[in-house]
Amino acid sequence: MSVDPSLVGRTFAPTAPYTVAEERVREFAATLGHPYDGGAAPATFPIVLAFEAMNSFLAEVGVELSRIVHGEQRFTYERPVVPGDVLTAGLTVSSLRQIGGNDIIGTTSEVTDASGALVCATSATLVHRGTAGEQA
Amino acid sequence: MSAALAVGDVLETRRYPVTRADLVRYAGASGDQNPIHWSDRVATAVGLPGVIAHGMVTLALAARAVAEWTDGAEVVELGAKFTNPVLVPDDDTGALVEVGAVVKKVEDGLATLALEVTCEGRKVLGAPKAVVRVDG
Repeated sequence: MSVDPSLVGRTFAPTAPYTVAEERVREFAATLGHPYDGGAAPATFPIVLAFEAMNSFLAEVGVELSRIVHGEQRFTYERPVVPGDVLTAGLTVSSLRQIGGNDIIGTTSEVTDASGALVCATSATLVHRGTAGEQA
Repeated sequence: MSAALAVGDVLETRRYPVTRADLVRYAGASGDQNPIHWSDRVATAVGLPGVIAHGMVTLALAARAVAEWTDGAEVVELGAKFTNPVLVPDDDTGALVEVGAVVKKVEDGLATLALEVTCEGRKVLGAPKAVVRVDG
């Protein structure tokens, strides 16, 4: 199954507001051995929001998560995420192409705070693995 | 050692083990519960050689190295391509991810680090890069 090319340019509804709890940041950091003594979250923490936005997008377009392999991720930050932030992420499909039976899906997610200010923008390339060749 | 980053500085390589248990903890902490990161059955069914680390675990470990080298300097940009999977065997040792960096540019209060992230001598991230805020 391939992904509908008319999705390019479409922006999906933002995720429900997520309150950043210090314990969650601490847990995320501890998993990675990242030094953390409160305050600014590890740089990749906003993936929690971006991932949720991606999950909703995949569910809406009917793609199974297990068929997705991550191709690329880039973040640009306006400011660090800190405990107490209330964040949402809005995902836009920026590109779509097919290579060797796989869909290469480009997305951009903007993570904004309760005031609507941009905290971080993150772009992802998702490789949707086709079923061709699996019997080989 | 956040003191001064100078162009051409080679930062000390950091080595981080990643085990299956780490992947399970990361799945919980990040919300990324894609079974290719914990189930050999699902991973092989979609054509992977076995359970692989989340690309975001590898990128987060690169961010951890950056935080350790710079004493937690604010990250303004971070990103990479996930060019080769990090296979994580089901044993007590797991995989060893190594992160090195060279300071490419220091300008306008920002330092650009060209990272090199490898596992078993093979680059696993493509063009990984971090930009951090530095004094002066």
